[in-house]
Amino acid sequence: MTQLINIPAQLKKTDLTHLLKQMWQIRFFEEKVDEFFAKGMIHGTTHLAVGQEASAVGSIAVLQERDKITSTHRGHGHCIAKGAEVNRMMAELFGRTTGYCKGKGGSMHIADVDKGNLGANGIVGGGFAIATGAALTSQMKNEGYVVLCFFGDGASNEGSFHEALNLASIWKLPVVFVCENNQYGMSGPAKEMMNVEDVAKRAVAYGVPGKVVDGNDVFDVMNGVGEAVERARNGEGPSIIEAKTYRWKGHSKSDAKKYRTREEEQEWRAKDPIARLRDALIGEGLLTEESAAEIKAAAKKEIEDSVEFSKASPMPTIEDLMEDIYA
Amino acid sequence: MRELTYLEAVREAMSQEMRRNEDVFILGEDIGVYGGAFGVTRGMIEEFGPERIRNTPISEAAISGTAVGAALTGMRPILELQFSDFMTIAMDNMVNQAAKIRYMYGGKGKVPMVLRTPAGSGTGAAAQHSQSLEAWMAHVPGLKVVQPSTAYDAKGLLKAAIDEDNPVIFYEHKLCYKTTSDVPEELYSIPLGKADVKREGSDVTIVATAIMVHKALEAAAKLEEQGISVEVIDPRTLVPLDTETIIESVKKTGRLVVVHEAVKRGGFGGEIASTIAESEAFDYLDAPIMRLGGKAVPIPYNPELEKSAIPGVDDIVAAVKETLNRH
Repeated sequence: MTQLINIPAQLKKTDLTHLLKQMWQIRFFEEKVDEFFAKGMIHGTTHLAVGQEASAVGSIAVLQERDKITSTHRGHGHCIAKGAEVNRMMAELFGRTTGYCKGKGGSMHIADVDKGNLGANGIVGGGFAIATGAALTSQMKNEGYVVLCFFGDGASNEGSFHEALNLASIWKLPVVFVCENNQYGMSGPAKEMMNVEDVAKRAVAYGVPGKVVDGNDVFDVMNGVGEAVERARNGEGPSIIEAKTYRWKGHSKSDAKKYRTREEEQEWRAKDPIARLRDALIGEGLLTEESAAEIKAAAKKEIEDSVEFSKASPMPTIEDLMEDIYA
Repeated sequence: MRELTYLEAVREAMSQEMRRNEDVFILGEDIGVYGGAFGVTRGMIEEFGPERIRNTPISEAAISGTAVGAALTGMRPILELQFSDFMTIAMDNMVNQAAKIRYMYGGKGKVPMVLRTPAGSGTGAAAQHSQSLEAWMAHVPGLKVVQPSTAYDAKGLLKAAIDEDNPVIFYEHKLCYKTTSDVPEELYSIPLGKADVKREGSDVTIVATAIMVHKALEAAAKLEEQGISVEVIDPRTLVPLDTETIIESVKKTGRLVVVHEAVKRGGFGGEIASTIAESEAFDYLDAPIMRLGGKAVPIPYNPELEKSAIPGVDDIVAAVKETLNRH
């Protein structure tokens, strides 16, 4: 039995089905990638965000198109939520020239700078200062956009977190730091790696607001991030929003998950953010069972199509190796 | 033509670029009213204000990453690191972020930033404020590395560095700051990747960088009195490296001595020596290539010890004589 979530009254009049669509796209994308890794059809490494769909989709749902994000090494969800084409994402994982990075970046480095996705990052904590710098551009050029900086609980123990928070705070930069606390930094449980329960409490040290939201409730995420984005857009500076969530899969493909119990996993599966949103929409009469099934099937087909697109796409040539090192 | 110090030349290049292009700004520690650790930005805040002469907290990880993020979104930041030794703290942003972004994003995005930083020994600042670490940066694809030795070169190379769409590390030698040369008032550019023949000669080629250019010229003057004609080449930029000028010189003289202040072991001198050994100039060599570099020791405090840790004029004279005595 899934836990219930409430739809905020002001949202009931809007079309919320795109949230469900995106969350399913992310889920199916990740499951497909998982499957292909297992079969050896995709190489390298990858970090899946199954179970964390609400924090990506809810956070980006409150942005305007001109706003920007920086992402993490668990970034497929952020990328899809920011409007990336799943064809080009999947092609990137297949190492093809039609991929977002022409097959040179792979899972950990997908970016779409033109559309405001400043990139996933293979370095834990690598995005904090980049997001801060993008927010500085917004302020100096008076461009009015806000930057969302996604990070994990593990990254909040990196020095770059503290340095960037301090800088963004003193300069009142339009950046919102969104912590997706999925309970583990690789195999390290958050509760063993820091002596505060909430990453959001660390906001006190930088004189910025910090708020905890239910990371498996897309509306709670939208509400928390929405307030912080407004604040940032009004020139009041950064905030930390911490979305408590859980990654269903291991850290990466080689992870046997020995550091956690199956009971714990089951507890969190009962809070499946997609089932909760679906049930809420149906419960409020905003969606029928049939149309929910249609949305799901359409999302699944897009991912299947992206696989076909990727398989049909060309591999880079050896001549491409030395291209794009310098502008 | 008027004479300027190297320090004034750096400041003039920045000021003229900032007047010309409002995307250019400076960030760094104590660069505002204080004028920077070495006084390079003195007076600039009065003209350009605190928005563009952006005083930062002591926070190298944040400010280097902020420069990357600002560059990626349309600004042209100049980052001043107080001492090049502090690169260790900015390393992730320069090596893993700035240098990689364009390539790993498949040619999307660019990072037009300049990291200026004083390097080298000779000020009694000892081990953590005196290093020459340019070989680290020259090793990383995606970065360009500049090492001017004269005021004229500093101004023209800095202008070129600011115009670059790639991240540039701009090493200023502390002992060069007070040296003077004729510097045109107008803004001019010296292309990166173009070496300068500081003195023509026919018996032996010395390739020297930064402060060692001055010492090599002193040595050449002494050697001339003894009837030995020395050609002194300053590569000015390590990346890109003007191999052609060096190869042509060695073909002419048949002998090569490479001199830099950085520790000889793993230093850039090895790269220059190998480049010659692999080139057609090898067949013109009349003696083995000599390398002079710093001893493999942290720079000590005591002035006599400090001086003896790096090559001096007499060492260069001796090396030239040695190469002339070998066949």
